[in-house]
Amino acid sequence: MVQLSALLDTTFAALSDATRRGVLEQLGRGDASITELAGAFHMTLTGMKKHVGVLERAGFVSTRKIGRVRTCRLGQRRLEEEAAWIERYRRTWAARFEALDTVVEDLKQKEASRGRSEQG
Amino acid sequence: MDAASKAEPNPTTAERTSDVEMTVTRLFDAPPRLVFEAWTKPELLLRWWAPRALGISFVSCEIDPRTGGSYRFVFRHPDAPQPMAFFGRYLEVVPPSRMVWTNEEAGETAQVTTLTFEARGGQTLLTLCDRYPSKAVLDEAIASGGTGGVEGSFEQLDELLAELG
Repeated sequence: MVQLSALLDTTFAALSDATRRGVLEQLGRGDASITELAGAFHMTLTGMKKHVGVLERAGFVSTRKIGRVRTCRLGQRRLEEEAAWIERYRRTWAARFEALDTVVEDLKQKEASRGRSEQG
Repeated sequence: MDAASKAEPNPTTAERTSDVEMTVTRLFDAPPRLVFEAWTKPELLLRWWAPRALGISFVSCEIDPRTGGSYRFVFRHPDAPQPMAFFGRYLEVVPPSRMVWTNEEAGETAQVTTLTFEARGGQTLLTLCDRYPSKAVLDEAIASGGTGGVEGSFEQLDELLAELG
């Protein structure tokens, strides 16, 4: 449980800040350097480095330094989370639709037993 | 999964179709008027909208499926002390092909849902599209793990626990 609460703390702390959520949104549109992010959010380089560090430790962002430029992109975790969320969303509806199949089948049977033959 | 004895259900697809939209599609083996009926009669909605697999059960279901009409679904989840309400207005209802409604329980971040029923031979292609007010709102919904029911957050925790176990 210690491990879990530590992970949750890191996750929620990373997402609790509006700038950091904004950074994730921006990186969702494309990779960006720390300098570009600092400019976009009107912050100092040092301030932005801190935010990116928090996101990086939580697995939401990964960075790579090429020459003097550190480029940030969405981390694997963020992409996996989106895929997992979409799958949960799909399953929610798939479960409903399976139940809906039964209801629709009943309606079809009732209609057939009333002897209607026209198709909608 | 008690579906094993029956034929495999038609596949459900879900996709983030834009920065602000989630779209679900599903084929039903009946014409649009019957599928539409199942979406617009409370006694029918009660039978499918909260299947046991989702862990929620209906307390009540009131709907007035006309353009400008409103709806209110009340549910109970074993882990929630209070019942939860989903409510909103029908912005457009065109039998048996189209419905658009608001989801007002979510306040300012609420999505607008558009449902279309297209005839495909004797079948119906159902397309449900949730449109969020901004990319940030959908991103945040994804980050927080909810999927419009409470089941998402619990499943997410289950997954997290499994990962750590």
